[in-house]
Amino acid sequence: MISEVIDNEQIETLLSDVLEVHGYDFLEYSHASIKRRITRLYTLDNFVSFAEFRYTIKSDKQYFKRFLEEITVNVTEMFRDPTFYKSLRNDVLPVLGTYPFIRIWVAGCSTGEEAYSLAILLKELNLLQKSLIYATDINPSVLDKAKKGMFPLNYLKGYSENYVNSGGVKDFSSYYTANYSLAKFDESLSSKMIFSTHNLVSDHSFNEFQLILCRNVLIYFDKELQHKVFQLFDNSLEKLGYLALGSKESLDFWTKAKEYKRVKTEKIWRKL
Amino acid sequence: MAQTLTPEKCSALIIGGSAGSLDVLLQIFPDLKKEINFPIILVTHRKSGNDSLLTDLLQSRTGLDVQEAEEKEPMLKGNVYIAPADYHLLIEEDKTISLDYSEKVNYSRPSIDVTFQSAAEVFKDELVCMLLSGSNADGVEGLKSVNNSGGFVVVQNPNTAIMPYMPQQAIDHVKPNVILDSFNMAEFINKLIR
Repeated sequence: MISEVIDNEQIETLLSDVLEVHGYDFLEYSHASIKRRITRLYTLDNFVSFAEFRYTIKSDKQYFKRFLEEITVNVTEMFRDPTFYKSLRNDVLPVLGTYPFIRIWVAGCSTGEEAYSLAILLKELNLLQKSLIYATDINPSVLDKAKKGMFPLNYLKGYSENYVNSGGVKDFSSYYTANYSLAKFDESLSSKMIFSTHNLVSDHSFNEFQLILCRNVLIYFDKELQHKVFQLFDNSLEKLGYLALGSKESLDFWTKAKEYKRVKTEKIWRKL
Repeated sequence: MAQTLTPEKCSALIIGGSAGSLDVLLQIFPDLKKEINFPIILVTHRKSGNDSLLTDLLQSRTGLDVQEAEEKEPMLKGNVYIAPADYHLLIEEDKTISLDYSEKVNYSRPSIDVTFQSAAEVFKDELVCMLLSGSNADGVEGLKSVNNSGGFVVVQNPNTAIMPYMPQQAIDHVKPNVILDSFNMAEFINKLIR
């Protein structure tokens, strides 16, 4: 039997180092996923031994930046799950539109595709002027990308289809200008965004919101950590505020789930 | 047909397939015995958006419980879990399911390689993996891991597969324990019952 590239014990060692030296706690991340990410990075970067890998992560700040970027999943798209955005457009945002001011938190925003999608919806509903989108991520380098609002042009065809399927009726290309291989999104969209690092594992609530989006982030956490994060969201959500999760995530087994009501069939819950 | 080899113990069966595999699944499912005492996980390439279609289609042909996999869900014996479109399916040490939305592997999400590899680490020599018809090479790397950790590898006979490329790649690069025609697969799976 051939042994694994990196075994479970070594993963624990690495993650303990990362917590001790860099202050990032991945110990409650779901194991299979984080192990796969770490093994992938080890192979990708051609390390010859676990000892060398471990030493580099501990002592090389520049490499740790890469480690952080590579072991967290930063795959995202605009208007992903069009029916979800349709529900935001038709069921959620019109309700929030009755408030004088709308505060939204996109937790785990990665490179910003969701925040920009949301800004487009708000703009079309004439709500962007009185909205603020707080977009946070654990990872500073993806936030730098998010701030720029530039996405690879070859993805835009798919995003445009998603937009149309979510009920968008405008010309999607009116929101960006193509610049070589990138699409730069209109600055009026990002003018209402605030980008900041925030670690869902260790950082606290920093404001009260009427809508929190955290989609496809919790799948990487174990059950206990998921419940801690739900508590954090609960502390950060106004009464009658909305919490939106990814299509395979659920509030159902959390102790306070009864204090929330599901909005139709989408993964959106309203705090009662 | 010669006496078919079966593994000593099966704690989980994972079936991977791409183009042309639906026909095989529809052929297998009606003949599966209700006594199946291990979970079955299906990883097939398909477009996102019509998830319940495959679930309903298979459920209508078997007495086993068929469902789309939920994240952190424990895998129960005699249940069939389908990897949701657009997520990789991983297996945790405690035999629960984790979903993952990371980069596509072999242009695929779910990727068969990802699930085979993850399951190989957890189930080791108590794992059975089957690779069916398909037109890319997803699954081959995963089967290598299954082989290395002592698991049992079954590949569809490329001569009778609608898309022979995927099973042929597996045969070229991995040593399957058995190569089966689609009409022998249900019988093979029923023999895994202990």
